[in-house]
Amino acid sequence: MSETLLSVRDLSVEFRTRHGIVPVLRGISFDLAPGEMLGIVGESGSGKSVTAYSVMGLLEASARVTGGQALFGGRDLLRLGQGALNQLRGAEMSIVFQNPRTALNPIRPVGAQIADVIARHDPAPAAIIEARVLEALRQMRIAEPERRASAYPFELSGGMCQRIGIAMALACSPKLLIADEPTTGLDVTTQAAVMDLFRDAVRARGVGSVLITHDLALASEYCDRIVVMQTGQVVEDAPVAALFARPRHAYTRKLLRSTPSSVDSIEALAPDEEPVAPSATLPFPAPAPLPTQAPAPGGPPVLEVRGLCKSYVHSRSRAFWRRREVARLQAVADVDLVIHPGEAVGLVGESGCGKSTLSRMISRLIQPDAGEVLLDGAPIHGIAPGRFARLPQRRQIQMVFQDPTESLNPRFSVFDAIADPVTQLLPRQGAAALRARVEQAALQVGLPLELLNRYPHQLSGGQKARVGIARAMAVEPRLLVLDEPTSALDVSVQAVVLKLLTRLRRQQGVAQLFVSHDLNVVRLLCDRILVMHKGRVVESGPAEQVFNRPAHAYTRSLLAAIPRLPQLQEAATP
Amino acid sequence: MAFLLRRLAGVVPTLFGVVVAAFVLTRLLPGDPAVFFANSVTADAATIAAVRQKLGLDLPLWQQFLVYAGQLLRGDLGQSVGTGQPVATDLLRLLPASAELTLVAFALAILVAVPLGVAAALRPGSVIDHACRLLSTAGVSLPTFVSGLLLIYIFYYQLGTAPEPIGRIDPFAIPPPGITGFLLIDTLLAGDTEGFAAAARQIVLPAVTMALFALAPLARMTRASMLGVLGSEFIRTARANGLRRRKIIVSYALRNALLPIVTTLGMVFSNMLGANVLVERVFAWPGIGSYALDSLISLDYAPVQGFMLLMATIFVLVNLVIDLLYAVIDPRTGLFHA
Amino acid sequence: MREKLALLRYILAGNPVTLLALAMLVLLLGCAILGPALVPYDPIATNTASALQPPSATHWFGTDQLGRDVFSRVVVAARLDLAIAFAAVLLSMAVGSVFGAAMGYFRGWLDTAGSRGTDVLMAFPLFVLAMAMVAALGNSVSSVVYATAVINLPFYIRLARAETSIRRDMGYIEAARVGGSGHARILRVFLLPNILPALVVQASVNLGWAVLNTAGLSFIGLGVRAPTPEWGIMVAEGAQFIVSGRWWIAAFPGAALMLAVFCFNLLGDGLRDIVDPRSRT
Repeated sequence: MSETLLSVRDLSVEFRTRHGIVPVLRGISFDLAPGEMLGIVGESGSGKSVTAYSVMGLLEASARVTGGQALFGGRDLLRLGQGALNQLRGAEMSIVFQNPRTALNPIRPVGAQIADVIARHDPAPAAIIEARVLEALRQMRIAEPERRASAYPFELSGGMCQRIGIAMALACSPKLLIADEPTTGLDVTTQAAVMDLFRDAVRARGVGSVLITHDLALASEYCDRIVVMQTGQVVEDAPVAALFARPRHAYTRKLLRSTPSSVDSIEALAPDEEPVAPSATLPFPAPAPLPTQAPAPGGPPVLEVRGLCKSYVHSRSRAFWRRREVARLQAVADVDLVIHPGEAVGLVGESGCGKSTLSRMISRLIQPDAGEVLLDGAPIHGIAPGRFARLPQRRQIQMVFQDPTESLNPRFSVFDAIADPVTQLLPRQGAAALRARVEQAALQVGLPLELLNRYPHQLSGGQKARVGIARAMAVEPRLLVLDEPTSALDVSVQAVVLKLLTRLRRQQGVAQLFVSHDLNVVRLLCDRILVMHKGRVVESGPAEQVFNRPAHAYTRSLLAAIPRLPQLQEAATP
Repeated sequence: MAFLLRRLAGVVPTLFGVVVAAFVLTRLLPGDPAVFFANSVTADAATIAAVRQKLGLDLPLWQQFLVYAGQLLRGDLGQSVGTGQPVATDLLRLLPASAELTLVAFALAILVAVPLGVAAALRPGSVIDHACRLLSTAGVSLPTFVSGLLLIYIFYYQLGTAPEPIGRIDPFAIPPPGITGFLLIDTLLAGDTEGFAAAARQIVLPAVTMALFALAPLARMTRASMLGVLGSEFIRTARANGLRRRKIIVSYALRNALLPIVTTLGMVFSNMLGANVLVERVFAWPGIGSYALDSLISLDYAPVQGFMLLMATIFVLVNLVIDLLYAVIDPRTGLFHA
Repeated sequence: MREKLALLRYILAGNPVTLLALAMLVLLLGCAILGPALVPYDPIATNTASALQPPSATHWFGTDQLGRDVFSRVVVAARLDLAIAFAAVLLSMAVGSVFGAAMGYFRGWLDTAGSRGTDVLMAFPLFVLAMAMVAALGNSVSSVVYATAVINLPFYIRLARAETSIRRDMGYIEAARVGGSGHARILRVFLLPNILPALVVQASVNLGWAVLNTAGLSFIGLGVRAPTPEWGIMVAEGAQFIVSGRWWIAAFPGAALMLAVFCFNLLGDGLRDIVDPRSRT
């Protein structure tokens, strides 16, 4: 490339924190050519967002640029005052943020917000500005731009808000556009639509763009070149094809092999060996293996669900003098499901499809409106959730929750967290027996025993996830319901947890219902897959069949929207 | 419109609860009302029994409540022993004095607190920020009856710039024709600038005392809310789009920050209604607070009950206004943007 | 534990104001506990010969219209004022947090009824409500405690309800349910300990209000009665002498009152910083 649009050299940034000064970026360098689309990929804490904020001059007060330069249009952005930066921001360079809805002013119509930007950089009569706003919306293929322009963010979907965010960023035709995790939190089909729009808009205008993401597959699908970051440093910078054909850095290779879509089986997923958990100072001998409960496959089902329904009150007329008008939302409609001992069943769908409601009905946290839930052939749907909590059957169905942080009581140590269900659900036992059981459960999930005395805030995300799994497994359930257990984790940590879950199932024979939005993860983990859409199961079958030969149109659209790594496409044609 | 109706309907149960609470409280008050209405503590048992029957005090409690509620609906709040007038008449006569004082203080507090809170939030850690923090903490810490006395000592006794703290108007001055009951307005309507100045001089100290007390929570909430909004993501978006600082502060930050401030206004107003009693006492202000307090001390309970009902009704209405204000600012309530 | 101490030191080092508040609290508690044993004069002994004397070496804060030593009275009054405040706040915190937590956890009719009830309570200006309650319950110290407890109740109910509401659907509560805990145990073991810090912050601020409320009531002649040394009464007695320039009778008890409320407010701010550093105001 002969000319560069943005040239970042040796950028270093540090944060002032309670624990002193922490370097966050350590000598970042990369170039961006006009019209090029560059991906910056890294896990949380790698400094990818800080890089973007440094360039835009949007760092928070506790951050300080300690060195380097960012040349843009012949000027060093890091040396410009806020006044000069303000001239450039929105006009020459723009940024699109994560969480599209909170990134917009909640009490100002979105059209007015775009108009503010245009009026700031290209003052013009109101009528002209209004026409430009509508034009900007039209270019994002927003239907009925007049109506959308007068809408407030809360009236629009997340995907629509992000389109408006992009329209706003492009309203004054900047030369540089940075997108910071623009589709994180959006459904996969929405993500595909927004990203396609983003790419088309950027290409059409020849804007140089930077896509910051944690998703290697997403970056590979849309970008020309990828910069891989790890703990504040650039570890690899290569064109997409080269990066996937010959990843040079060990971290890139690890990241690649941790990405579920890049491998064909759970065995191929990194890491190859589970890190050995017991430490040298282990005060307790290696755990005796738990008694295997798994009967031969094909035995009587552990769980049977027939015709399960649940609806929620959507809105209700508040006026007490009127008859109650109740609009109900059918969250789960007529779902059947069978799980056999030792089997892993995946439940896949986008947000709002009813998969969480279904998993909570099965776990007996909420009461179904209609239908049957049979545990080992015994009906349990008639038992109120409050009463079920104290029945002996309670221990047979355990659950692992989505957010590892939220699912741990901040006032319980790891030991207390794992011991709590044991003391409530199993017959009373002595302190020594309790400790032995808790330690066994901890070792089983690869949790070092030193951590038992720690509190949740002293643990990493992966460790918290392990505690959640150990807590559920400590009472030796027959069915483990996993509600998006890895969606809050970095891919490398997710890979470890997925392997752990597979090992538990094979060793202990515990049946698993794995609820996820991610078809790739479910494909690796599960024998059978159910696809849910608008409260109904639209497709079910063996994992490979659903993944490779989807029967339902919705499954096909879901599969088409998933970003894929180039490697996988090449693997199909050796 | 539906919102308005729903909100109005929501007021009904609260007002009903208020009436019940006032009824229960007054039935609990010591002393037999019949004794008071017999107008003599030495009245014989037969007279008291007759009065008891006449007042309906021999009926079951729920019937008494119905009678009471019926009286309320007719605007009958009972009779004051102290003034010999119907309580409703007394309250109406005295309300303007209290309302004038409260509203002047309220306006004063808002005019000082909101700009101060905004200025503090724009420069956290600056001199203004510390001044705001000090003023707001001192403001809530200083009891109104102490700060009132302090102001009297400084401005009346030491400096002599303030008039004697004995009410709304010089006892020898001729009051203007009562049109609104607000002296500041009536004097102007009558073209009496001298009277206006005198009335203004009288109201300054009590109003400042009360404003000092109301200022603290307002300044605090303004600062906190403004800081919260300035740190939010849509402000970052506005900065990332190069919007001017003035634009960001006024039409992006302040408008959003107003939402919790408006909510706080209701609470502050309620506290001021309560503080009225103390401030009116310190400055011998002839308002409903003084009236209620005098009645309470002389065991005359009908005015106290009427006073409480009036206060609660005013508060409920003020909250209604505040909710409407909130709905005007925030489209999410769906009042003006269906 | 050591880590917690280090955190405390870090917070106090960055927040000298909280340290000041702690020192003031120690002073106040010292007056309340040891005061009556330390003061130079009998706080209720009258001596008309030395009435209305300005502050001097013998009478640090001067004497009042009955010749009583203002300093002794101010110090001794700390016990009564703080005792009323603490009793009232503990009472309303205990009742309000349990009730509010139950409302937030169970929702339904309990929540509706409870919310209506707090709305009605809050519709009255709280000081006026306290006035009427003291009048209704009888003019005594215990009435002041109950009245102060009742007017603080809505704050605890609302806070506990809100804090419970945001937690009741969190993973760890659902996990407790899956782990075999009934409603009572979830409330007691999982919810109340987690909402306690917020309640303690509220309590610190409310202690200040409670002191103000008590003094305000006795200022207008309700609750505590003369000649008991109490800050509000003393301000009321001194009020008539302000216009003639004898400031010390009202000023010193007023200053004590302000110091106490100031201390609790600062303490509340400091505790809020420790409990939730993000909401620094």
